[in-house]
Amino acid sequence: MKTRISREQVQDDFINKVAEISGENFFNCYQCGNCSAGCPSVDEMDLLPSQVVRYLQLGLADEVKNCRSMWVCAACTMCHARCPKGVDISRIMDALRMLNLREPKAAARVDVTDFTPEYLERAPQIAMISGYRKFLPL
Amino acid sequence: MKYPYFPGCTLYTKAKKLDDAGRECSRRLGFELDELPDWTCCGATFPLVNDYHIAMSGPTRILADTKDQGGSQLVTLCSVCFNVLKRTNVVMRTDEERRQKITDFIERDYHGEVEVLHYLQVLRDEIGFEQLREKVVKPLTDLKVACYYGCLLLRPVKEIGLDVMENPTIFEDFVRALGAEPVDFPYKIECCGAFQVVHSMETATRCSRDILANARLNGADLVITTCPLCHFNLDDRQPEIRKGDPRFQTVPVLYFTQLLALALGLDAAELGFERNLIDPLPLLREKGLA
Amino acid sequence: MGEVTELKGQQPACQTDDGAGATCACAAAGGLEDLYSVPVDRRVMVIGGGICGITAAIDLGNADYRVVMVERLPSVGGRMLQLSETFPTLDCAQCTLTPRTVESGQHPHVTLKTCCEVVGLSGEPGNFRVRVRQNKTYVDWSKCTGCGTCIQKCPTKSYALFERDAGRMTAIYTLSPQAVPNKPVIDADRCRYLTKGKCGVCAKVCPVDAIDYEQQESYFEVEVGAIIVATGFDVYDWKTKMPELGGGRLPDVIDGLTFERYLSASGPTAGRMVRPSDGVEPKEIVFIQCAGSRNPELHKSYCSKVCCMYTAKHARLYKHKVHDGQVYIFYIDIRSTGKGYEQFIQQSVSEEGIIYLRGRAAKVFQEGKKIMVQGADTLTGKKIEIAADLVVVAAALVPNEGAEELAEILGLTCNKDGFFVEEDYKLSPVDSGSRGIFIAGCCQGIKDIADTVAQGSAAASKAQVFLSTIRRQKKQAV
Ligand SMILES: Cc1cc2nc3c(=O)[nH]c(=O)nc-3n(C[C@H](O)[C@H](O)[C@H](O)COP(=O)(O)OP(=O)(O)OC[C@H]3O[C@@H](n4cnc5c(N)ncnc54)[C@H](O)[C@@H]3O)c2cc1C
Ligand code: SF4
Ligand code: SF4
Ligand code: SF4
Ligand code: SF4
Repeated sequence: MKTRISREQVQDDFINKVAEISGENFFNCYQCGNCSAGCPSVDEMDLLPSQVVRYLQLGLADEVKNCRSMWVCAACTMCHARCPKGVDISRIMDALRMLNLREPKAAARVDVTDFTPEYLERAPQIAMISGYRKFLPL
Repeated sequence: MKYPYFPGCTLYTKAKKLDDAGRECSRRLGFELDELPDWTCCGATFPLVNDYHIAMSGPTRILADTKDQGGSQLVTLCSVCFNVLKRTNVVMRTDEERRQKITDFIERDYHGEVEVLHYLQVLRDEIGFEQLREKVVKPLTDLKVACYYGCLLLRPVKEIGLDVMENPTIFEDFVRALGAEPVDFPYKIECCGAFQVVHSMETATRCSRDILANARLNGADLVITTCPLCHFNLDDRQPEIRKGDPRFQTVPVLYFTQLLALALGLDAAELGFERNLIDPLPLLREKGLA
Repeated sequence: MGEVTELKGQQPACQTDDGAGATCACAAAGGLEDLYSVPVDRRVMVIGGGICGITAAIDLGNADYRVVMVERLPSVGGRMLQLSETFPTLDCAQCTLTPRTVESGQHPHVTLKTCCEVVGLSGEPGNFRVRVRQNKTYVDWSKCTGCGTCIQKCPTKSYALFERDAGRMTAIYTLSPQAVPNKPVIDADRCRYLTKGKCGVCAKVCPVDAIDYEQQESYFEVEVGAIIVATGFDVYDWKTKMPELGGGRLPDVIDGLTFERYLSASGPTAGRMVRPSDGVEPKEIVFIQCAGSRNPELHKSYCSKVCCMYTAKHARLYKHKVHDGQVYIFYIDIRSTGKGYEQFIQQSVSEEGIIYLRGRAAKVFQEGKKIMVQGADTLTGKKIEIAADLVVVAAALVPNEGAEELAEILGLTCNKDGFFVEEDYKLSPVDSGSRGIFIAGCCQGIKDIADTVAQGSAAASKAQVFLSTIRRQKKQAV
């Protein structure tokens, strides 16, 4: 399948919003892949972290909006620590999550009723609170 | 020496042993952890997007309280609290616009005056590892320790600045001071999957497996951590990892304060190991430490 | 096709060639007095008056050698005359070049022979005898004052090679307002009088009667001790060789050198960014790198070396003119190894939001008013299609037309791509392997201005070393 890219897409509102709230200039990224090489979550991702940036560069908003990668990012910030161009993908992932969760009909990504009592007895609060912050609509 | 101290929610409950041992050791080492009165949760995550300030109001209030009580430093034990407080503090110091928004909202006057310290920093920079060595009553001879840093103690590099990100040594120096032997352990700075344990369990399991296997491969008897979330991932995932891979060798995971307590002469029986899924006591007994 | 085909000769001061050939005496009469004021082992010929040849000539002149520079175009400067601004500093090419061309024109020890070509060589290293053809200019330069009245009045305005079809030029012209020498020539192929026998306006308006439609080409010979060859490069004939890029058929698909003319403040659009077909400002522009380069199966096997950089420069200069425009660049990889070049690329991308698509563009075709570009982006694993307003092809660069013939005349070797072969690529890069003859600049291999200038100076220095060896040998023989 061929993909059309255009000025309108590249300068699309959603893409601009991601850039704005993440504070990142996608065009700083030169696609070296260092971020993806060190990311702990790639096994569960559909797009590599570097590809998420790539799609944003090309204005492929729909693919990014619905990607799984933003949800499995662990915000470990290894990508940022190692990026030779100072791109902070953890911020980009968070921006994507936020924009998703701010949608009026956003669905919760975790369901507390799924957790067993044994799990809840052992899981530290920081895990639960972080989880709610990252996965529940605002 | 008396340090304002922020334990955080998890250390009051699920990670009480991290806190207990930390406090007891501080007494033995001659400094006091002075718990802030009426503290609230730090929020557990630092907001990464720059249009979401509310999450920083909690940590800012904690910092402002510290300042109002005359504290110039604030000590934490939990990596998550440390990370959130420290990064919030950086915003207070460097981003005037956001600082004003947040402090106006919580009606406090705060400009980043407080210094956020991790307990390990107090040991290194205030007590000194040499002094620590002298206070050790039961050297942990013959014990090979994998020092697991994880993410939040080290990153983001510019904001945290605790140690060299790619090859930190503060933890190893600490372990050496206790008479144990740190193992060279490449996975020491990799992520354990963190909060994905509530969402993508497979991520947390896989990450933890890789870290633990790497520790074992490099000869570790046990793994230490500063973080209750890392501890949860590394310890609690092991039965499942083992189920998936019978060749996987389990490895006990301890809080660093528990290791410190052992070296300072506390009884292993008092250190709360009964909560560990992978029981460290057989190992400690074998090494003559329990 | 190089510019040379449109240029016809200049009336030499000596008699026209009668078949028997001109003599040294008459060459001396043609403005070579300074050259002949010193022994042959202090005289050097530079062939090609681009930035490379100019650099070599000025260096030699300053070292008290006497130089004759043979350039086949009406004025010196070479490709740099056509450039807009130059990487990595984005200085105006004309502003950096003009002081050098002027210096070469005014230098007491450098004699310019423009509209001239070398046609024969005899003698031996240290004492060469070079036969030169003076092509027709149709203007008697000994009379012409360079007033430019003829250019103003010439009714012919048509597309010319120098402007690379980006704009029209009069049939009587100079290459730039600051041309050195600043004397016009007539393009016989476009001149109404020379093609149809009608017009003659320039002859009527010329106040000093310098126009000479009957002028013939002539020949002269020069004796020099050493020769530096700096004949530069041309653009690969991508229009006929790469039909998949639609060149020639699609007016809005142009090459990089043409784009330079659009960007240039002294170009035909005075630097206004428009597309050829309808003069509209292009909002989406696609650049295609490595077109014809790095393609051993179908085109040239080598990397043309400067196109990565000039494409980034083009993208940047375009964005300076069209702020809301979007740039896409198809590339295989980006080669930016010069000093400051990588930073130039990175800054261009970060600041101008240029989209580099990692893959070649396979096909370019017209669809309505748009140029459709089909390419790939291997980073996303997608086949990409862009509807562009203008497409700029970074076509392969090749040796200048006539390089092989010149090699034959001078006894040089060319590689399979037509670049002159050096004695040793690493250790003797400007020695040609023929004693006393040196090669420098893009005729040896494509390079940027910085490297070109370095080789120009290197060749000047090597020529001096060679000639002083000759002098020592002569002395010892005595
Ligand atoms: C589109 C484009 C953009 C560029 N931009 C830049 C840039 O921004 N920065 C940069 O550093 N480089 C740039 N370059 C490269 C730059 O143009 C060359 O490095 C430089 O022009 C080489 O100079 P030269 O003297 O070797 O050759 P040329 O400039 O080609 O000069 C050769 C001269 O020899 C003459 N000649 C040829 N054959 C004969 C003959 N048989 N007899 C007599 N005379 C002859 C020619 O007429 C010409 O005047 C660019 C190149 C291109 C194609
Ligand atoms: S490491 Fe940085 S520059 Fe490299 S691909 Fe990732 S974001 Fe881009
Ligand atoms: S922050 Fe997210 S994207 Fe970056 S390395 Fe960690 S998990 Fe991967
Ligand atoms: S004769 Fe006419 S067309 Fe030819 S150059 Fe002169 S003015 Fe131009
Ligand atoms: S310089 Fe760049 S664009 Fe030109 S041929 Fe080489 S790689 Fe391709």
